[in-house]
Amino acid sequence: MWTWFYKLASPPYVYGVAAALMPWFLGLALLTIGYGLIAGLGFAPPDYQQGDAFRIIYVHVPSAWMSEFVYTTMALAGGIALIWRIKVGHAVAAASAPIGASLTLLALVTGSMWGKPMWGTYWAWDPRLTSELILLFLYVGVMSLRSAFEDPARGDRAAALLAVVGAVNVPIIHYSVVWWNSLHQGATVAKLGKPSIAGSMLWPLLSMFVGFMLFYGAVLCLRLQGEVLNRERQSAWVREAIKS
Amino acid sequence: MNGGNFWYMGGYARYVWPCIGFACVVLAWNLWSARRYLAAAKVRAARALAMAASEAR
Amino acid sequence: MTVSAWEAFWLIVRREMRLSFRRPEQLIQPLVFFLIVTTLFPLGLSLQLSLLRDIAPGVLWVAALLSALLSLDFLFKSDADDGTLEQLALSGHGLTVIVAAKTLSHWLVTGLALVLVSPIVGTALGIPVEAFATMLVSLALGTLTLSWLGAIGAGLTIGLRRGNVLLSLIVLPLAMPLLIFGAGATDRAISGTNAAGALYLLAALCVFTCTLAPFAAAAALRITLE
Repeated sequence: MWTWFYKLASPPYVYGVAAALMPWFLGLALLTIGYGLIAGLGFAPPDYQQGDAFRIIYVHVPSAWMSEFVYTTMALAGGIALIWRIKVGHAVAAASAPIGASLTLLALVTGSMWGKPMWGTYWAWDPRLTSELILLFLYVGVMSLRSAFEDPARGDRAAALLAVVGAVNVPIIHYSVVWWNSLHQGATVAKLGKPSIAGSMLWPLLSMFVGFMLFYGAVLCLRLQGEVLNRERQSAWVREAIKS
Repeated sequence: MNGGNFWYMGGYARYVWPCIGFACVVLAWNLWSARRYLAAAKVRAARALAMAASEAR
Repeated sequence: MTVSAWEAFWLIVRREMRLSFRRPEQLIQPLVFFLIVTTLFPLGLSLQLSLLRDIAPGVLWVAALLSALLSLDFLFKSDADDGTLEQLALSGHGLTVIVAAKTLSHWLVTGLALVLVSPIVGTALGIPVEAFATMLVSLALGTLTLSWLGAIGAGLTIGLRRGNVLLSLIVLPLAMPLLIFGAGATDRAISGTNAAGALYLLAALCVFTCTLAPFAAAAALRITLE
């Protein structure tokens, strides 16, 4: 079983696995997202309080969750790469950063659009919104730091350290609605036991969660292949790999 | 199916549809940009291999 | 003659203080910048003193943040330029001790100076005298935390082109929770409500940063110096 872990540290193995998995991830992602959107937008009943405006949940909540998940992945991968000097970790971190940043932007924009009908304002400086905005700045900082170094290996390590330091922000975002009196809604789905949302609204949302996760997997596979190639350009296995 | 209300979204169409639209744009951009990145990486790798091969001669 | 870590710490602090006072512009420039920035707000907004009071904590803190960013330039740069930093790293005393000493001395000459000047600025912005105690404590804790966050950022960006801009980009998002609590504490003190909660949170942030940041900053320097 541990041999599987060792294999994951090998760039050619990871390249091959990513290439093979990508179409599966993408296909399943499109299916689940497609179902989620059609069922959520067309078939779920309107909300008692918010009417049809609640349907923004189907893109806002999955993207917000993914923005945190991808950052955590990026910080973990970077941390592993720093501590155990596994270069593939840096490739995963570098590949994840732009994906996470775009999803954070999506969360902020859709949240803002939802805020207008819900709270009467496009923006409020409340803890969750503010910390999500900080997350976007952290992503940009990590990406800028990585590209500022002439030596890519050093850039990778600096960006990994910054990502780990900034990871402190993720629990703040997540628990901000618990710790502070926030304008933003509390946990709806992740509550243990009965979620406080109707079934016909819930299933499309869960499907969107799964879909976004799979989509991240697909795009990660693509970018990861690119990142691995960029870091391993001189190696022998690359000749065979790029023939495809 | 809500029929006519699907596009009208109970009056909230100008909030809901731009969100869905922007989401599709972000997802599409991710795919497109990742594909481009991989293609560029392959080109650079091929070039590096060709240079190494010509130097070895 | 071998020196213990503790002795090395104080040796470096004394060295830093002596060097700082030999180059007084390093101390005065951030301070003057702080004064100028706080002046910009009343000039730009042309508010009466009673209304200025409402935005005073925020203005004070933003100015302190920007001034701290300016002063971070002096933390590692001159030592990195002439090779002293590498020598210190090779000295065998552990980069963590060295970084801790340099950051503490940096705070003593920049952050602490800011705290001492703040009553003057506070009066200019209309902060009542009763709120001064909270203001001083929150600024002291906040600038110390900032020095540490800045040390991490400075360690990562030594010698980079446009490193200053990058430093701001890195440090400011990390400093935002600090700004929220720091300004919040002073705000509460001005409006008369109990600021203890915000001050405790600020202190917690400070302790958290002071314990973990030395290791992060040392790691940052190791990455840069390798």
